[in-house]
Amino acid sequence: MSVLVLVEHDNHSLHPANRNVLAAALQLDDKPVLLVAGHRCEAVAKSAASLPGVSAVWWIDNPSFEHQLAEGLSKLIAESAASFTAVLAPSNTFGKNILPRAAALLDIAQVTDVTKIIDENTFEHPIYAGNALETVRVLDEKKALTIRLTAFDAVSGTQEACSIERIDKDYPQNNSSQFVRQELSLSTRPDLGSADKIVSGGRGLQSAEQFKLIEELADVLGAAVGASRAAVDAGFAPNDYQVGQTGKVVAPALYIAVGISGAVQHLAGMKDSKVIVAINKDADAPIFQIADYGLVGDLFELVPKLIEKLKEIRRRS
Amino acid sequence: MKILVAVKRVIDPYVKVRVKPDQSGIETQNVKMAMNPFDEIAVEEALRLREKHIASEVVLVSVGTDACQETLRHGMALGADRSILVRSEKTFCSLNIAKILKKIVEDEMPQLILLGKQSIDGDNNQTPQMLSALLDWPQATYVSKLTFDTEHKTLQATREIDGGLETLMLKLPAVLSTDLRLNEPRYASLPNIMKAKRKPIDVIELDSLNLSLRDHLEVLAVRAPLPRSGGIMVDSVESLVDKLQHEAKVL
Repeated sequence: MSVLVLVEHDNHSLHPANRNVLAAALQLDDKPVLLVAGHRCEAVAKSAASLPGVSAVWWIDNPSFEHQLAEGLSKLIAESAASFTAVLAPSNTFGKNILPRAAALLDIAQVTDVTKIIDENTFEHPIYAGNALETVRVLDEKKALTIRLTAFDAVSGTQEACSIERIDKDYPQNNSSQFVRQELSLSTRPDLGSADKIVSGGRGLQSAEQFKLIEELADVLGAAVGASRAAVDAGFAPNDYQVGQTGKVVAPALYIAVGISGAVQHLAGMKDSKVIVAINKDADAPIFQIADYGLVGDLFELVPKLIEKLKEIRRRS
Repeated sequence: MKILVAVKRVIDPYVKVRVKPDQSGIETQNVKMAMNPFDEIAVEEALRLREKHIASEVVLVSVGTDACQETLRHGMALGADRSILVRSEKTFCSLNIAKILKKIVEDEMPQLILLGKQSIDGDNNQTPQMLSALLDWPQATYVSKLTFDTEHKTLQATREIDGGLETLMLKLPAVLSTDLRLNEPRYASLPNIMKAKRKPIDVIELDSLNLSLRDHLEVLAVRAPLPRSGGIMVDSVESLVDKLQHEAKVL
């Protein structure tokens, strides 16, 4: 196998997702190549070259790739894939937007959310919101895979930088699609998709004001903040906080669900967390069926107590 | 402007699915089926665009068995004008579905194609992107807001991305995939359900499309995920913190 990995970045720094995708790539090929396409992204190419296990970086620096629009980038991937047998990308909104488009240009199937590589043609991935696992064999010569980040442990550390091959070509500006603007949620907390600990709030929080309690608990723990769809729909939390089948799929070491009943839709997004804690006033809430530790009671009493207790531990250590 | 909306018949999202004991797939016999929820949002958006006189006609298309007519009737009861069923007993991977849809697009010549961002059975999240690639049209996936400039034949689509929102401007014709927050789908009224019975469904046999589709994927097994072992209830915050520190060792 020869593997090409599409690198996710913002022209300044690497996204942590790349380390998980690289871990998957290394299972298929000991000499994976990373594709860095962007504009004024030399720093990204350099840090990509230092990721452990990478054999080469292909660096394309061109204004037409500044915003990583699917139309241009999928063509670039399809062209670059000529000398590879597999192309990998993260299974997040970045990778899922682009890779299927590239796969169609290559006339090959794409496997979404790969959670296990069985052999170079056979992969496992969840279907029906994680309620079933499907093993598929790809019959095409080339494979296009998006990798579920939480299923592969991120490679750690750095290596002595490998070679960076700069590819200069004339890439025509695509004018059928143009970037207008981005509005990113500003937060100093860890990224929800890769956080080690997550505190999530649901409808039980009752208001956006009271949802701050979740943020306070998250900050004591150094955790990311998540939310159920009910909390997002009610306007307690922005929609990029949503954990679930239609939001983000997470698998942190610790997931604390506060005021979340545990609808199928939500469970699909977090049931692979290592330790699940549920705090809910309804002892019959389905969340307790999958929680390792359940605490029944009024969250407005319990959560402040928990925050105090955790602060105490922090003071002592 | 004509809008084509691709819809899929899937197991109702509130049904707890069961894996077949022989691991060949999911039990679908005697299971409640429904229109894929993301597709319902696509239909709703198309209808709103017709109500704003941006669209003149809303055409539905589905690929599958005769049972899909039920899904198309539902879409027409919501307000779609007519439907196309590409009939086939086989199930297809996203790439082949995209190839079939491309054929229909070439016949119908819509200016806009709306699809759900993913179907809740396969969870693949591929067909819209693949279809726009095959057509060489621009795409906007995970759309949560849409505005049109009909004079300039462009649209602005706000997309839900991991860190927040992104807005793109696309030239028509274009392919869009819908996210949950784009709109709140309407319910079909009884008179509209009656009216939908008289709306046409054009049934096209897949074989008549002269497509040479090859298999790209083979499903080897479908199994149930390992169940989580039941946990314990604690009676106080103190004991919870103690367990997390000393038993689970996550603090």
